[in-house]
Amino acid sequence: MTDSKYFTTTKKGEIFELKAELNSDKKEKKKEAVKKVIASMTVGKDVSALFPDVVNCMQTDNLELKKLVYLYLMNYAKSQPDMAIMAVNTFVKDCEDPNPLIRALAVRTMGCIRVDKITEYLCEPLRKCLKDEDPYVRKTAAVCVAKLHDINAQLVEDQGFLDTLKDLISDSNPMVVANAVAALSEIAESHPNSNLLDLNPQTINKLLTALNECTEWGQIFILDCLANYTPRDDRESQSICERVTPRLSHANSAVVLSAVKVLMKFMEMLPKDLDYYGTLLKKLAPPLVTLLSAEPELQYVALRNINLIVQRRPEILKHEMKVFFVKYNDPIYVKLEKLDIMIRLASQANIAQVLAELKEYATEVDVDFVRKAVRAIGRCAIKVEQSAERCVSTLLDLIQTKVNYVVQEAIVVIKDIFRKYPNKYESVIATLCENLDSLDEPEARAAMIWIVGEYAERIDNADELLESFLEGFHDESTQVQLQLLTGIVKLFLKKPTETQELVQQVLSLATQDSDNPDLRDRGYIYWRLLSTDPVAAKEVVLAEKPLISEETDLIEPTLLEELICHIGTLASVYHKPPSAFVEGSRGVQHKRLPGSAGSGESVDSPDTGSAAGVSEAPPAVIPSQGDLLGDLLNLDLTPPTTTGPPPPTSGMQMGAMDLLGGGLDSLMGDESEPPPIPLRTDTPQSPQLSHQSPSPPDYSPTELGGDLGGNPAMAAGFGAPPAVMPTSFNAPVSGGLDDLFDLGGGVGMPMGSYSPPKTVWLPAMKAKGLEISGTFARRSGVIQMEMTLTNKAMSVMTDFAIQFNRNSFGLAPAGPLQVLTPLSPNQSIEVSLPLNTVGPVMKMEPLNNLQVAVKNNIDVFYFSCQYPISMLFVEDGKMERQVFLATWKDIPNDNESQFQIKDCHLSSDAASNKLQGSNIFTIAKRTVEGQDMLYQSIKLTNGIWVLAELRVQAGNPNYTVSLKCRAPEVSQSVFQSYEAVLKN
Amino acid sequence: MIHSLFLVNASGDIFLEKHWKSVVSRSVCDYFFEAQERATEPENVPPVIPTPHHYLISVLRHRIYFVAVIQSEVPPLFVIEFLHRVVDTFQDYFGVCTEAAIKDNVVVVYELLEEMLDNGFPLATESNILKELIKPPTILRTMVNTITGSTNVGEQLPTGQLSVVPWRRTGVKYTNNEAYFDVVEEIDAIIDKSGSTITAEIQGVIDACVKLTGMPDLTLSFMNPRLLDDVSFHPCVRFKRWEAERILSFIPPDGNFRLLSYHVSSQNLVAIPVYVKHNITFREGSSQGRFDLTLGPKQTMGKAVESVLVSSQLPRGVLNANLNPSQGTYTFDPVTKMLSWDVGKINPQKLPSLKGTMSLQAGASKPDENPTINIQFKIQQMAISGLKVNRLDMYGEKYKPFKGIKYMTKAGKFQVRT
Repeated sequence: MTDSKYFTTTKKGEIFELKAELNSDKKEKKKEAVKKVIASMTVGKDVSALFPDVVNCMQTDNLELKKLVYLYLMNYAKSQPDMAIMAVNTFVKDCEDPNPLIRALAVRTMGCIRVDKITEYLCEPLRKCLKDEDPYVRKTAAVCVAKLHDINAQLVEDQGFLDTLKDLISDSNPMVVANAVAALSEIAESHPNSNLLDLNPQTINKLLTALNECTEWGQIFILDCLANYTPRDDRESQSICERVTPRLSHANSAVVLSAVKVLMKFMEMLPKDLDYYGTLLKKLAPPLVTLLSAEPELQYVALRNINLIVQRRPEILKHEMKVFFVKYNDPIYVKLEKLDIMIRLASQANIAQVLAELKEYATEVDVDFVRKAVRAIGRCAIKVEQSAERCVSTLLDLIQTKVNYVVQEAIVVIKDIFRKYPNKYESVIATLCENLDSLDEPEARAAMIWIVGEYAERIDNADELLESFLEGFHDESTQVQLQLLTGIVKLFLKKPTETQELVQQVLSLATQDSDNPDLRDRGYIYWRLLSTDPVAAKEVVLAEKPLISEETDLIEPTLLEELICHIGTLASVYHKPPSAFVEGSRGVQHKRLPGSAGSGESVDSPDTGSAAGVSEAPPAVIPSQGDLLGDLLNLDLTPPTTTGPPPPTSGMQMGAMDLLGGGLDSLMGDESEPPPIPLRTDTPQSPQLSHQSPSPPDYSPTELGGDLGGNPAMAAGFGAPPAVMPTSFNAPVSGGLDDLFDLGGGVGMPMGSYSPPKTVWLPAMKAKGLEISGTFARRSGVIQMEMTLTNKAMSVMTDFAIQFNRNSFGLAPAGPLQVLTPLSPNQSIEVSLPLNTVGPVMKMEPLNNLQVAVKNNIDVFYFSCQYPISMLFVEDGKMERQVFLATWKDIPNDNESQFQIKDCHLSSDAASNKLQGSNIFTIAKRTVEGQDMLYQSIKLTNGIWVLAELRVQAGNPNYTVSLKCRAPEVSQSVFQSYEAVLKN
Repeated sequence: MIHSLFLVNASGDIFLEKHWKSVVSRSVCDYFFEAQERATEPENVPPVIPTPHHYLISVLRHRIYFVAVIQSEVPPLFVIEFLHRVVDTFQDYFGVCTEAAIKDNVVVVYELLEEMLDNGFPLATESNILKELIKPPTILRTMVNTITGSTNVGEQLPTGQLSVVPWRRTGVKYTNNEAYFDVVEEIDAIIDKSGSTITAEIQGVIDACVKLTGMPDLTLSFMNPRLLDDVSFHPCVRFKRWEAERILSFIPPDGNFRLLSYHVSSQNLVAIPVYVKHNITFREGSSQGRFDLTLGPKQTMGKAVESVLVSSQLPRGVLNANLNPSQGTYTFDPVTKMLSWDVGKINPQKLPSLKGTMSLQAGASKPDENPTINIQFKIQQMAISGLKVNRLDMYGEKYKPFKGIKYMTKAGKFQVRT
């Protein structure tokens, strides 16, 4: 008598049979039939055809049957919206039931039915349930608000449910508080700028009280919410920490980690000399260690977070090295994480233990793990100088095992050790050379060649060794080919007499027989260098290399700070800021750690905060092992695997592009000047080579900064000062900054931005007497929506409010609609509403369409209007010429669109002036055969660049505009703006 | 929050899906299957998998993958903890958590999942509350239900859900009032070749089975509470009292629950109850290897070491093993290369040993890897950390309960390197 019987029905007419049973008079038979239906549903069979029959079973006093029908409804209502209406009455009735369980169940189920028509009926019952006397119903209703918001956000706001929800934070029942917080947090996620969770000391106090009494899940929600609060001073910070600390002893690991997040963040504000600070540090270690004895999945998440914590505060776990030792039956993903943390915790005190462990791991079965263990030995050598010798001898022991992949990996790391400690361990080269034949992986071969080339003067048969590689030159991977070329040139410069033939051979192989442009270019450059000025060649190729930095693979400090604020979240698992990967969270504010009270920094100045963070870290951060190698080998072929945030805005790409263009100019323009040597390369050819390959898309800002430092020609190419770069990743934030810039940059510029005349948006007939006409304007970098409200009704209008639907560029009111006095009949009022562009985004058709809802004491009215896209052109939209050129070339021709502007009688200069007023900047002008070509750039508020070429022929009233943009869908609207601006 | 849940069996079939918000197509699991294919062992599937629009967070329990689909930023631990709770609940309800059991009780499963999560927010996860809402299936009840037509869904609002002690239902009545506590310690250790301890730590729990009438208020005190510096409590434990007096004071849930789990870290001296003498060697050029293993007790305070099971993954090159155990039985699986030896009880007078030869492929070179030896054992009536309960008192009720405390030590991940 198990449920499996529900799966065994006769093949033919299954649905038919069920239908008959559902309509049976017998209660029992009905229930059995519904169970069968549910069983089919769970395994993914389509039983939607039975909808009316199942819904008929809903009116019953049998709770189980009711629940089953509800289950069915939730699953299928969406596909049968009209039928679902049939169920509404029963729901409404159930919301009045004397049994709170039924009331809660009804409101809960209604919220799960994602049908627009139903939601309208839901509002009244929901409002009642939010104020129900029974807390069980209230807490269920709180969640229901979040559900409803997901289906129809506007409705929730209009009905004032958000305010009711906020009130529930002060509810007497902790469970209700927790659910209200959870619901608000979820809603806030889709409304990043609404301060729904407006935290002040009073609410914090309420949350902390509820924290002690609610369920484990509620505690997680409350703790996550607390983490967003910034305490006023260190005393408040300490008192919150004190009240959160008991959560570290909770059995639920998610509660523990959320508590750790709150403590890690608020600790920043405590003065370091405070006794409590030390106590807190001590209290953090045991719960973190305990997380590692849980199930492997929990361990994995915990380890990823511990990785962040030890980078920020290594002192917490410095005595706990042993818990990270790997057990042989740990899942591989746990092993790799443990290994990483072991290296981070390695210090002079424990290095012997760590090395013994790593050596043990190098004999394990799993190849990936063994490789990583061998690499880890190298990283230890670089990190802990005193241990370098021991690490090298451990690596030599491992090479003696002759296990192929161990040997190759060891050679790769020994090369890194040579970079860190030059002229110290060259005695091992002989051992390395013995293993030359067993190397079959490109990375290991390249590393070996680098070593031979670098120490050619000490290896007697260096020429023979390199020659042996040369035989199969064309079969090698590019990495090895490039390295071999450089290696042989180095050899030649050191031992010119014996190796002339060899160098000629390799140069001709690289330049004549290869079709790889990188290889060819490098070959030519060497060739020219060697043939014109061998002394210069020596200086260039054998230049002294900068040492590699202390610790590899560190997370960039500002990112680390942000990630610390996101402990326990997906961001902490991926080590990326949430904006980089969470869908629909474009507007997420970057979180920062609060400044320490002792250091005298003000909390609200993020830049000083991050600067302090930077100064604690080693000055030059070399991102990762893979990248390191790329640098060593002078190649930019492997895209850098930095953990830095991928910069999504085109502004960033411009920067990268300019880096290349500028570099090219300085190289080509002045040959007598020695090529600038970028910081992280050991020979200067890399900038020349790299611009042949597509620019690596995920440069992190520091890296870029690092490269730029060496080359003044490039630094000038940045549109914005580098200090702004990190924040400009995030479009909405950059919007704010742009505005700031506008104030500075806009001085002295013609301010006559084009504004179309007002048109009637909402006729009085449609809006019970309210007429709205309006237009848009851009003034001092602020978009204004200018409206005339006219009351054509017989009664006074008050309580005006305005809301926008989601739109293409995230336009949203920056403040409330300022209609202070009531609007009497036949009166008009002019209102100017400032807008910002940080609202939620949704693509509209047409692109510049804006749907607006205006509310007054009478009703809510909806209308839509179109704004000229020129409102969105920002004041710093003037692109550097170099950047312009590079970008123009870079955008594929498919993205180009051409338009004609007819009957325009302006000269090209007048047109240029006029366009500049609307932030369309002319960058260059060229006159070809009586035709003026104006090259112009425009930047939109969301960071999209539009490049334009405007052709004006004297005497011809027809202009031609060609627009190029990475987002070609804006071209049409931009063209319309051109036309409108030029003709007015 | 949690969007959907898919249950996937070992052969990669989705046998149950549940959606709490809109329906997510089961094709999203393709990303999971890809990861599953890449993983060499079932347990190596990464717990968090990104897909273009969703994240898949999975746990593997009882050879079933529980795959949760989430869409927005949700703490992964929250999801994993919840999935564990689902597994525990199934086990609690059906005795076992297997594909067959879940399929047999699919309607109860669905009702449970619906009750545990609302719109992705956890609703009722305490087994006490769930059992009031949905009665666990028993053979008797199913029969009675079919005859009388009654239902296994509770009609009443679960009383515990809103009280100050949500974990305990009211109106509990027993004729025999009893409270049992099991102190169970698992010792995790890594021992190196030479027999010295690299790391050793103890994971301890106190599991309770409390069947007491009414609203009893218990206090439990220890002889040596200092040992417990890293603890996680059941929500019923009053934390302030523990902080101040090192006494566990609580109103217990009804039935079985985990009162406390604790961790004794490697920095304390942890006693190692067994030792292993081993000699596993291969000679270059020979197709034979020697295998010699002897076990013995150590620091057991005179208690017997029982249920000893030794297992080891021998190197891939080993074709077969021809061994001779002094007691118990051994098996060697030539496919997985897993050697396991069921020793039983260690007799300190006559130490158990396993000796013999391993045959290698002719002409193959000496294997590179050193096998690790995994040992399982049990010791009754002893907590290896030395933790001892001092006394258990009950307040708030008048009857005199029967009290019992049991100690046990087990091997957790106890590994000896060779």
